[in-house]
Amino acid sequence: MTVAVPIIEFEDVHKDFVVHRKAGRLRRERTVVRAVDGLSFAVERGAIVGYIGPNGAGKSTTVKLLTGILVPSAGRVSVAGLIPAKQRITLARRIGAMFGQRVQLWWDLPLIDSFDLLRHIYRIPEERYRQNLTEFRELLELDPFLRTPVRQLSLGQRIRGEVVAAMLHDPEVVFLDEPTIGLDVVAKQRVREFLTAANRERGVTVMLTTHDLADIERLCSRILILDRGRLVYDGGLEALKARYGGERTLVVDLEESGPALRVTDARVTRVDGPRQWIAFDRERTNAARLAAEVASQAALRDLTVEEPDIEDVVRRIYAERQVGRT
Amino acid sequence: MIAALRADLEIARRGYARYAAYPVATLAGLFTNTLFGFMRGFVLLALFEQRSEIGGYDAAATLTYTWLTQALIATVFIWGWLDLAIRIRSGDIVTDLVRPIHPLRAALANDLGRSAYHAVFRGVPVLLVGALMFDLIAPAGPLEWFAFFVSAALAVVVSFAFRFLYNIPAFWLLDFRGIAVLAMILSSLFSGFVIPIAFFPDWLAAIAHATPFPAMVQIPIDIFVGAVRGPQIAVALAVQAAWAAGLLLLCRVCFALGVRRLVVQGG
Ligand SMILES: Nc1ncnc2c1ncn2[C@@H]1O[C@H](COP(=O)(O)OP(=O)(O)OP(=O)(O)O)[C@@H](O)[C@H]1O
Ligand SMILES: [Mg+2]
Repeated sequence: MTVAVPIIEFEDVHKDFVVHRKAGRLRRERTVVRAVDGLSFAVERGAIVGYIGPNGAGKSTTVKLLTGILVPSAGRVSVAGLIPAKQRITLARRIGAMFGQRVQLWWDLPLIDSFDLLRHIYRIPEERYRQNLTEFRELLELDPFLRTPVRQLSLGQRIRGEVVAAMLHDPEVVFLDEPTIGLDVVAKQRVREFLTAANRERGVTVMLTTHDLADIERLCSRILILDRGRLVYDGGLEALKARYGGERTLVVDLEESGPALRVTDARVTRVDGPRQWIAFDRERTNAARLAAEVASQAALRDLTVEEPDIEDVVRRIYAERQVGRT
Repeated sequence: MIAALRADLEIARRGYARYAAYPVATLAGLFTNTLFGFMRGFVLLALFEQRSEIGGYDAAATLTYTWLTQALIATVFIWGWLDLAIRIRSGDIVTDLVRPIHPLRAALANDLGRSAYHAVFRGVPVLLVGALMFDLIAPAGPLEWFAFFVSAALAVVVSFAFRFLYNIPAFWLLDFRGIAVLAMILSSLFSGFVIPIAFFPDWLAAIAHATPFPAMVQIPIDIFVGAVRGPQIAVALAVQAAWAAGLLLLCRVCFALGVRRLVVQGG
């Protein structure tokens, strides 16, 4: 058996920022902001990892540490066997990076010129470049604005261009800081499909930060949740739901409208005519038992079980932390 | 090596294209440069009503000097360039750092492309207008013409390196514009852009010659009008090359310090 060597490694990494603030007329106050606080994790080749957390949690800082734009104050960072801050330019050829908040494409040039320039900067073989471009253009529907100067693109069009720009040189791993920012529903879906395809067909390891939990739900095999520079969750989506959002919902359609049903180990959260929503913890009961109980009280026409909503789960985690903060 | 040069060339091509995208700006600049060519020409000619020669420059040489400086304004880019400082301040510089090419090298290639565009569309036309309206001096022979082109190219590199250098304090300072303005004043004065350095009192000329600024404007013009000739031309070109190399090296060192601050402190 071979032991997979992680492509991304974080070992007890800290990052402090020193901030000087004016305090009075001449005095300046020095405060230390700990953006990343003892973070450890490893990512295997071929994974798609979602990185979430509230504003200021340290997500962008992590991506900067991974790309060598920031050096850690303490701890060890390794990407593809290299130390990013020390071997930034060597690493640059092997990774893709995209910062949704920044413009990486050349502002005055048509999109296609930016791509062509990247071909030369990354020395992408002609043949490979053509193949990639043809495929990416189609997947992300770039054709209508391929010849438009970047400054004239809408945010969503530009972001799609930036995502392609990060992938043209066949990177082993891509770091995407908010790759779906400002995209409409259709474009978001396209970017997700694009990333899934790149991951499945090319084996690209993807690490992305987002505030859109649907990204996580559709894309990621693994989630890291960060809060105030610390990892508060690392694992799969199902396990996350089971752990934090144990509540599922049984939705029942009755033959007739009536008052809220009485159920053991569960509670009716909503009544809308003949339809009722019953929330239950799967540790304490299960859908079959509940359904039987409901059927004994009223004529049952139909029923469905809803999984916990990831939004709810994450909201709960963030809120829990908020309480811990005070 | 070849691939790296190819990348430089492509960047330069795009630097050219970027300016070619704004033809109205080119036209407006061309108009202004020409207008000032006439104004400055007449003002300087008045100096020659009393005397026939100042520091090796006669009336024809002075007129030629005037029109050449006007042609070089855009080509050498004497005035403000804050692209780098703005990228540093906005934080967009981080995206340049994740590319497998040194930002200094990329910026130089880009600036050479830009200067090629400006030479063709803002330099040559201005000089042509001057030559049609006045009796200008031309370089003595093909060798002098060639030396002039080499010198002008070196002037662009020196000017670029100087501009890059005065953008670097933006890594530390919020008010990077103050330094840039000071740098621009110094360079337009000591480069011999406003009046030829030959017109300066000796002590001021000595100061000027101890700076890289004459290498941006005065040297190529001296070669063009024949104020520098023969083997002196080789010396002049060597001086320019030395300044270009020295300033680029300084840029590299200072930029690395700036990046170090950025990666440690987060900008
Ligand atoms: N250059 C810097 N100087 C000082 N403090 C910084 C710097 N960069 C980030 N910080 C601080 O570090 C913390 C983490 O910031 P970071 O940008 O990593 O958060 P984030 O998780 O990406 O947030 P968001 O969801 O808002 O993008 C914040 O408190 C932020 O204010
Ligand atoms: Mg962020």
